[in-house]
Amino acid sequence: MRDMSVPSSLPHAAGIGYKSRHYADLVADPGPVGWLEIHAENYMGDGGRPIAQLRALAERFPISVHGVGLSIGGDRPLDRDHLGRLRRLCDWLDPASFSEHLAWSTHDTGYLNDLLPLPYTDATLARVAAHIGQVQDVLGRRMLLENPSTYLAFDETTMEEVDFLSELARRTGCGLLLDINNVFVSATNQGTDARAYIDAFPLSQVGEVHLGGHDEDVDDTGRPLLIDSHGCAVVDPVWALYRYTIAQSGPRPTLIEWDTDVPAFATLRAEAARADAILSPVTA
Amino acid sequence: MHRQSSFTDAVLNPDRAAPGGLSDGFGGPVGKRFDVYRNNVVVSLTEALETGFPVLRKLVGDAFFKAMAGVFVRAHPPTSPRLQLYGQRLPGFLASFPPVAHLPYLPDIARLELGLRQSYHAADAAPLDVGGLDPDAMLALKPLVAPATLVVQSRYPIFAIWRANTDSAAPGPTGGAQDILITRPRFDPAPHLLPRGGVTLARLLKGRISLAEAMAATLAAEPEADISALLSLFIASGALTLERKDL
Repeated sequence: MRDMSVPSSLPHAAGIGYKSRHYADLVADPGPVGWLEIHAENYMGDGGRPIAQLRALAERFPISVHGVGLSIGGDRPLDRDHLGRLRRLCDWLDPASFSEHLAWSTHDTGYLNDLLPLPYTDATLARVAAHIGQVQDVLGRRMLLENPSTYLAFDETTMEEVDFLSELARRTGCGLLLDINNVFVSATNQGTDARAYIDAFPLSQVGEVHLGGHDEDVDDTGRPLLIDSHGCAVVDPVWALYRYTIAQSGPRPTLIEWDTDVPAFATLRAEAARADAILSPVTA
Repeated sequence: MHRQSSFTDAVLNPDRAAPGGLSDGFGGPVGKRFDVYRNNVVVSLTEALETGFPVLRKLVGDAFFKAMAGVFVRAHPPTSPRLQLYGQRLPGFLASFPPVAHLPYLPDIARLELGLRQSYHAADAAPLDVGGLDPDAMLALKPLVAPATLVVQSRYPIFAIWRANTDSAAPGPTGGAQDILITRPRFDPAPHLLPRGGVTLARLLKGRISLAEAMAATLAAEPEADISALLSLFIASGALTLERKDL
C-alpha cells in the first residue's frame, strides 16, 4: 500500500489529457507537459494499440487515471465488475493518481455517459462516503474526488458544496481534485462568488487541479448558462481564478482538459506552458 | 430513493417534464437548465456511435445517422461505461427499424464494424510463424485462433460494400453472400473475404486440433473448398497463434 498521506504523487507541473492522435508529438517533444491523464474506461480492453501506447507512455510520463464511469454518487451499489476492471488497470499501471467525480451516471436503465448532479444532503453524504471507502479499499490507494459543474439546484439540498466535499474528505481520507473551470461554471450559473468558493475550499486536500474550456448559453430568463464542454481554450477569467487559487494553495499538478474538437498538440502545449508559467514562480 | 429513476426517465424522454424538486437556483423553474443533461447524454452517445460505425454512417448519411442514433440511444443506452463495446444491440435495432427496411444488409455492416472494434481491443498474440517448418511439421501444429480473429457471416456482399466505402478505388459491390475473416496481426484489424469452407475451418480450429485434422474435416464437410488457399489465408493474415499473451 502506498503512502496515503499525500493527495497524489503527480509532479507539481502541467499535464494534458492524453489523446492517441498526439502520441508521436508527445514522444518527440513534450515541451512543458510533465504528466498525462487518461480516462480509465478507454483502457479496459485486453490488448491492442491503446494498451501498448499506454505501456510505452508510462515509461516516460507519470500517469493519472481519471475515471468517468464509476457513478460514485449513484443510489445503487457500485458496479463490482467495473471496480474490478479499475483495480486491474491500477495494478498493472501503478498510476501516480486515481480520481473520479462527485456525480452519478448509471441507473437501472443503463449508463448515461454524463456526470449527473446530486443534492447535498446527509443521506447523499453517507452514501457517497461509503462508496469512496469501498473504492479506496478495493484499489488499495487514496483517491481524489472532483467537484462538478452544476446547472440547476435541488430543493432538498441542505449543505454548501464546499462543506459537502470537505466533510467527504474528512470522513473517507480521500483527496480532492479541484476543477477551476467547474468552479467558474457553477458560480456563474448559480450567481455565486467563485473566489469565495476557493477561499472556503480545503486547499490542503487538493492533489490535482483541472483547467478546461466551456460553452456559453443563456437560460429561459436570459441569465448566463455556462456548459462544461472541454471543447475550447481556457478563458481568461478561469486563468485569473487559477492564479488566485495557486497563490493560496501553492503549486499543484495542473491538467489541461480538451476532450472534444481536440486541437493539434501545439495548442495543448501552449496551454500547458501558460499553466506552467503560473506554477513556476511559486515553485522557484 | 427514487430521484435518480425519475431523473433518468426525464433525461431519456424529451417529451416528459423535468422531475420535481429542481429549480434554476434563483427560485424559478429549472426550465432549459435540465435540457443540458438531456443534450449531453444524447450528443455524447451519438458521437460514440459515429466513431464506432463509420461505414454505416457513410451508407445512410450523416443527418439520417444522427436522427437514427437519437432514437437508438434513448431506447438502448449503454449497459457498461466501456463505450468501446457500445452498439451491440444496433444490428437488431436496424433489422426492425422501418426507415431502413429497404437496406437489409445494414445489420450485417453493423456487425462487421462491431467485430472490427472487438478485434482492435482484443488481447495481443504473436501470429503463427511457419517459416522454416517442413510441411509435415507444419500440419502437425495445433494452433489457437488468435483472440483478435473473428468471423462475420452474411447473406449480403458485405465485404464488397465495406471496401467500396473505405477505399475509393475499390469496385462497387456486386454478387451475393460474403463471409469475412477479421484478423489483427499487430494493431490494425483488417477484414478478408473468406472463401468457401472458411467458416467451417475457423470453427474447427477453435477445437484446437492439428492443421491436418482441421483441413481433412473441412474437406469432408465442404468438398469444393480450396483448402490450401484457405490455409494460406489463415496463416498469412495472422488469424492463428501458438501462444496467448494475456495482460
